[in-house]
Amino acid sequence: MMTLKTIVSIVPLLAILVSLLAAFGIFFLRNLPNWREGCSILAALVKFGLVMSLYPLIRDGYTIECPIVAFPAGILPNLSFALRVDALGFLFAGVASFLWILTTLYSIGYMRTLKEHAQARYYVCFALALTGALGVAFSANLLTLFLFYELITVSTYLLVVHEETTEAYSAGTKYLTYLMGTGKLFFLPAIIFTYGLTGTLDFKSAGIFSGVSPFWVGLTLILFVVGVAKAGLMPFHNWLPSAMVAPTPVSALLHAVAVVKAGVFTIVRIVVHIYGVDFLSTMGLGAWMALFASITVVGASIIALRQDNLKMRLAYSTISQLSYVVLGVMLLSPDGVRGSILQIVAHAFGKITLFFCAGAIYVGIHKKYISEMAGIGKTMPWTMGAFTVGAFSMIGVPPLAGFAVKWRLLLGAMEAHQILIVGVLLGSTLLNAAYFLPILKTAYFDESADAAHQHEAPLIMRVALISTAIGTCLVGLYSDFFVSLLKGIA
Amino acid sequence: MFPILSAVILIPLIGALTLLFVPKKSENLIRGITLLTAIIDFAVSLPLYCDFKEGTAAMQFAERIPWIPSWGAEYSLGLDGISLFMVLLTTFSCVVVYLATWTAVEKHVKEFNIALLVLQAAMVGVFCALDFVLFYVFWELMLIPMYLLIGIWGGQRRIYATVKFFIYTMGGSVLMLFAILVLYFQYHAATGIYTFDILKYHSFAMDKTLQFWLFLCFFIAFAIKVPIWPFHTWLPDAHVEAPTAGSVILAGILLKMGTYGFLRFSLPIFPDASVSAAWWVSAVAIIGIIFGAFMALAQDDMKKLVAYSSVSHLGFVVLGTFAFTLRGISGGIMQMINHGISTGALFLIVGILYERRHTRLIAEYGGIAKVMPKFAFIFIIVALSSMGMPLTNGFIGEVMILIGVFEANSVYAALAVVGVLLGAAYMLWLFRRVMFGDLTNEKNKTLPDLSARELTYMAPLIVMIFLLGVYPNPVIRKMDATVANLVATMEKAKVARLAHPAALAANLDMDKKRD
Repeated sequence: MMTLKTIVSIVPLLAILVSLLAAFGIFFLRNLPNWREGCSILAALVKFGLVMSLYPLIRDGYTIECPIVAFPAGILPNLSFALRVDALGFLFAGVASFLWILTTLYSIGYMRTLKEHAQARYYVCFALALTGALGVAFSANLLTLFLFYELITVSTYLLVVHEETTEAYSAGTKYLTYLMGTGKLFFLPAIIFTYGLTGTLDFKSAGIFSGVSPFWVGLTLILFVVGVAKAGLMPFHNWLPSAMVAPTPVSALLHAVAVVKAGVFTIVRIVVHIYGVDFLSTMGLGAWMALFASITVVGASIIALRQDNLKMRLAYSTISQLSYVVLGVMLLSPDGVRGSILQIVAHAFGKITLFFCAGAIYVGIHKKYISEMAGIGKTMPWTMGAFTVGAFSMIGVPPLAGFAVKWRLLLGAMEAHQILIVGVLLGSTLLNAAYFLPILKTAYFDESADAAHQHEAPLIMRVALISTAIGTCLVGLYSDFFVSLLKGIA
Repeated sequence: MFPILSAVILIPLIGALTLLFVPKKSENLIRGITLLTAIIDFAVSLPLYCDFKEGTAAMQFAERIPWIPSWGAEYSLGLDGISLFMVLLTTFSCVVVYLATWTAVEKHVKEFNIALLVLQAAMVGVFCALDFVLFYVFWELMLIPMYLLIGIWGGQRRIYATVKFFIYTMGGSVLMLFAILVLYFQYHAATGIYTFDILKYHSFAMDKTLQFWLFLCFFIAFAIKVPIWPFHTWLPDAHVEAPTAGSVILAGILLKMGTYGFLRFSLPIFPDASVSAAWWVSAVAIIGIIFGAFMALAQDDMKKLVAYSSVSHLGFVVLGTFAFTLRGISGGIMQMINHGISTGALFLIVGILYERRHTRLIAEYGGIAKVMPKFAFIFIIVALSSMGMPLTNGFIGEVMILIGVFEANSVYAALAVVGVLLGAAYMLWLFRRVMFGDLTNEKNKTLPDLSARELTYMAPLIVMIFLLGVYPNPVIRKMDATVANLVATMEKAKVARLAHPAALAANLDMDKKRD
């Protein structure tokens, strides 16, 4: 057990507010595209810089706190809006803010090439969603977390309906129904119950639930797990495939990184800092929850096999891969939790690469369906090269990021004596291969019908997707670095 | 000491008197005087907040002048942590309403403004009065201008709506008057003193059966006012027919008188009856929450939708109040304030659209966000506040109530959450149908965006929405002691009720031994 070192700083608040300010900036510069995008990039850089400035403290094992508003102790004791940064939140925030920089670059190429409408609104909502994502990462208690969680839902709704077609609106309605519905019907009551039962909502390393009856522990845990629908667990996963009508950069950063990771991050946070890993193991609920997550791991992979629309296949792959995070943390063993948190980073880099590639293919050759992508390996070598890296990482080919995760998850499952989970992990790896390898086969080995009309995506997009592909390799090679930060948590 | 409460009541009356001497033709002067009066009144009421002492449940700014000594009636005013915010909400809303109604009414402008000012004085009076007679005078006085507002300046079916409104509220009032008189004579019988001092009745121990019947009389009177299901049917009619100003005042302030009545009369005067009635009151409140929300989902008229959302929201307030917990009751008060701001703002928003298109049918709109972007921005903030989105006032109130109710009964809390969900559903669906989609209706293509005046009166509401959502402490702190005192009263009653069967059993034992 490490000694608890805390330090008060306003940096976390600034890091969150940067993108909120940027949203206003983008709004005022809405008619000057270059300035507007400049504002986005600047905000992304500043945000990443602020997050990284916390690195020395995190490395030395500090927790950074930033109280904002504490409610009157007479009526609402122990309730506040407050921020707190530990290694877990730092990793998520670091990844999200870093990838925001690349996504903004990529968006410029994507949105301008396709001459999309309402670009100012698009960038404003993007900035707001990032505000929410960082807020979730830096929340010090469930109340604050819920606040940012809902902010993400509302701001991303406008991105899902961006095209303003009937299809987009019905997808948007589904999106809100699932995310807000579960949030209000399960997540909010779980928070209320937690406060009513324990008198606090603060994240504490030993959890806050000690002494509460098993009935309430079980009930709130179930409410939390189904209530955080952003994690994409079945049966509340359907919003994610519908959200794919959004422009591809949205699918890339938000529906592979910021939004969905906010979901799984919330579940990890709750398991580790609301219940406490040790406390939950004494309850014996972990195994059941891990099995519950396994259903999604396997189920979503099987559905992914049947998708011909590339973005849909990636979406189902995301659902499946997200559940590794939930599965890992529910193993309640050190390696399981480590693997789970590492997956938040690893999957972010891998999947954003894949989505970037899907968008680049759409911009380059206007194709959405895998069956139409014959031979693009030759005409779009950079894009497909990055795609290959991303796909191999998802499958878990060493030394890429996905392998580092699966290795730890397997170790964790062994530590927890969950042989069934070991089987699930191995089986899902086969499924991953089964739905990714055919894409590569089509791209590289099939003959293209009209190679003459196919060309690479704009340079700015290629820069982004190759950077994330390199990132995927680096995360895999230096996975120990990320894990070493987590020593205070798992 | 300066009689600040009297001043807050008198200023609107003085304004109304001044208007009598202004020629009918100079309409803008009339509107200007009305607005100025409201601004002065609001400014005068601000020291109430600043000078209000925290940490005591006693009445502050008290004024007492003997009025009808032979009856024991006094001109007695005072504020505690509950009524303070109701008075401030009233003076604040009136400024906004008068500014909002500038162009909405074109006939009988003078009479309209006089009615509004008299109404304002009566509303403040209701919240300050600490004497039953005085309270009842203000309570009835309030009905007359409201009756005129709907009956003269209302929509097509205004007469039907007015009569219904009047019959319902008068019915309640009569029951309340009856109960007040019974209380009055009972108190005399017990102590030999004739008094209408409300606070004296807070410590008046009564027979349980009598308590129950009197509680029921008061309950029905207030339930109609709130309105609690199944006494709500006058509300949608009144709202739909009332002019915007009438709707905002009705939703923002008048409905609060019912829930205020529970806190000022029902709970402290009849604690035992309240405790034993809690289960069915809560049940009725939950039915109201869910029923109101479903009805809101089914409406095709915007004003009716907002009216039914009020039924649902006030169900939360009643549920929180009858949880008898610190957080439940203070959450209820918080939600009364929030509802005043958010629903008031929603009616203003409907009014803005109505002034432009003269229709409230949702189907007539669609795609408005494209022609009125500023309006869209304001509307979404208000809609999010109404559905309890975090960072807005609605969230704080809702969370406090849910926590308070959970502490009393977890099943009620779980059921109430359904209302929270439906609240989001009807609000977002309304917004989606009115603001998004294609601009299909030709008439909507030329709608002007918000004017400077419209932005001016929406701005303070938006500020309050975020202020109370992020930093509700200044409000919560002021009500703390008053609510704590009320909760202590209710705790005593709960203990007494729990002790009751035991006492009964003990008596039986005694009887057996005697045999």
